[in-house]
Amino acid sequence: MGRETSIPGRPALRVGPVSWMVRLRPVLVPVIAFGLLALAMAVNLGRGDFPIGVGDVLAVLLGGGDDTHAYIVLELRLPRALTGALVGAALALAGAITQSIARNPLASPDILGVTAGAGVGAVAVIMLGGSAGGISGGIAELGLPAAALGGGLVAALFVFAISWQRGIDGYRLVLVGLGITAVLVAIKFYLLTLSEVADAGRAMVWITGSLNGRGWEHVTPVALALLVLVPLALFTARPLGGLQFGDDTARGLGIRVNGSRAALILIAVGLAATATASAGPVEFVALATPQIAMRMAGTPQPPLVGSMVLGAALTVIADVIARTAFGVVELPVGIVTAVIGAPYLMYLLVRRYREVRT
Amino acid sequence: MERSVTVATPPGSQRSPRSGVTSVGNAEATVRRRRRRLVGLLVLLLVLTAAVLASIAIGSKPIALPEVWHALTSPTGTEDDIVIGSLRLPRTMLGLAVGIALGVAGALMQGHTRNPLADPGLLGVNQGAAFAIVLSIFMLRTDDIYTLVWFGFAGALVATVAVFALGSVGRGGPTPVTLALAGAAISALLYALTSALVLLDAQSLEAFRFWRSGSLAGRDPEIVLQVLPFLVAGLVLALINSPGLNALSLGEDVARSLGQSVLLTRVVGIAAVTLLTGAAVSACGPIGFVGLVVPHMARAITGPDYRWLLPYSGLLGAIMLLVADVVGRVVARPGELQVGIMLALIGAPFFLILVRRRRLVRL
Repeated sequence: MGRETSIPGRPALRVGPVSWMVRLRPVLVPVIAFGLLALAMAVNLGRGDFPIGVGDVLAVLLGGGDDTHAYIVLELRLPRALTGALVGAALALAGAITQSIARNPLASPDILGVTAGAGVGAVAVIMLGGSAGGISGGIAELGLPAAALGGGLVAALFVFAISWQRGIDGYRLVLVGLGITAVLVAIKFYLLTLSEVADAGRAMVWITGSLNGRGWEHVTPVALALLVLVPLALFTARPLGGLQFGDDTARGLGIRVNGSRAALILIAVGLAATATASAGPVEFVALATPQIAMRMAGTPQPPLVGSMVLGAALTVIADVIARTAFGVVELPVGIVTAVIGAPYLMYLLVRRYREVRT
Repeated sequence: MERSVTVATPPGSQRSPRSGVTSVGNAEATVRRRRRRLVGLLVLLLVLTAAVLASIAIGSKPIALPEVWHALTSPTGTEDDIVIGSLRLPRTMLGLAVGIALGVAGALMQGHTRNPLADPGLLGVNQGAAFAIVLSIFMLRTDDIYTLVWFGFAGALVATVAVFALGSVGRGGPTPVTLALAGAAISALLYALTSALVLLDAQSLEAFRFWRSGSLAGRDPEIVLQVLPFLVAGLVLALINSPGLNALSLGEDVARSLGQSVLLTRVVGIAAVTLLTGAAVSACGPIGFVGLVVPHMARAITGPDYRWLLPYSGLLGAIMLLVADVVGRVVARPGELQVGIMLALIGAPFFLILVRRRRLVRL
């Protein structure tokens, strides 16, 4: 294992004529994050108004257990926990892709117009459906996520179409996204001022983003989206490293700049829109997780898999705290993700500073 | 360099060396560009005056311009005089001051972080003010707006200092990336804490919601006077900062080799942003869009030179804010639409056209 020619700290693995560099940290980060995720899921399934021991939870998951436990775990807590994990993963992956494309650490899928579009769609449905649908009626269960998904996708397509000028340019994309988002947010608030008090209250609950009362019908769409889009993202993301050098160099490296960039943006939009449709805009995950994962893994750009698993873990941990920490009052999960994630990001900023050119 | 070129170019020669032509052409172009920018500045000033007059004259009770003039120069206590003196004029002045402050602060912020997504609130100013205000409502049980303004201002200052410290502890001092990330992190944390306090304590909610709504209406006229010194100080610092910022936008190393003290420039710039934004935010709550989008509009007109960009940003910000406020008063009679909503609805289409048509000036 020719140690003598390796870069210090980066041992090369050599088997006969084949050799490749092993970097432990980018591999370790997803593994550790996955461990955290499993732990958080276990705690999340067990804790609550009706505590269930880990053994019983496991028994239920393996198909046994008594009926009460099975009902609580399978019908109430598991869908919620899964929604959290999947939404977190989707948002973080979308965030990592967006930040790499825009080459901007402040970019999140929000700037693609997804969140604001989803907000307009959802608020419009809540107002039009109004008392007819109610928060638990048919409109809420089917129409609300559908409208949010539609709104998000349409808004993102708008941003995409307006910023397309013989190709997508990251800088122009960011600016156009800013403009469209501003309009959509204004429309959302305008709708809110028009609506009746009860509707506005329900709309606010959705706008804050929450995992409360999420059932299997929320798990399925995100799961499907992840199933399709994650392999696609990992497959398409190969040129992402080359794109960091700027358009000309990337072209020189043989990357089809416009094609791959457009494909990646569409994938990010799909992920973010489905996630937002399921749980509302859970803030901060998409923004902070890629940066945290990048600093943990020591990679030059947000690692996709690492961000994804870490996003899932962060969201589920935040959900446990949001559900149980304040007794009766349940905090929106978006708030808790910021309370946990922000200090950690600050710690990483203080501890180790790397010149990262974005 | 300049001189050697003129020597190398014989007067009247048609086929002068290429470098000579471009240099002379550049000098002429510079003069022309400067003249054009001065004219543009004048035009903006005229538009701003018109916007100010419109903001005084137009409202739920339209007042003719002669009456406006009468009320401004020699008020005699007629109904119109009272409406203008106690309602329209303070509101207009507030819009003017806040628009200028947010426009300039936004341009500075984007310059220092070199990030098009940076808004004046990025360094935690808005969230710091919000958190301090909620905390003081929560702890002191006060809803006196004068006290709250000061708490908001203090919160803004503390948050910015914290962000700046956090952004500069790493090796290499405060860089655009660390500043932006530190600001995003602290803002998110403060926002979360504020939301949690508001959710847990319903009493904080009412007073906070009023402050939070971000509007020019119903603010006390005294508040403008209270925050005015800070605004002026911030503007002066901003103008002092602009040559340094020009050098910084060439990159820190180049700026250093040109004799700029990078740290000093950053500190002055951040201080200006904090003063301007802190004063604006504590006077009328967070108003989005102006600080974020107006600098991009100004940049599309002036190019990257901050000595021009800052005045243009300030004037454009004030114009946009006043026009949006006036339109908001007119479209939804007898009520009005919040200025933030109108700002985005009016301003964003302009912005999108600018972004699409002009060659983009990058940060």
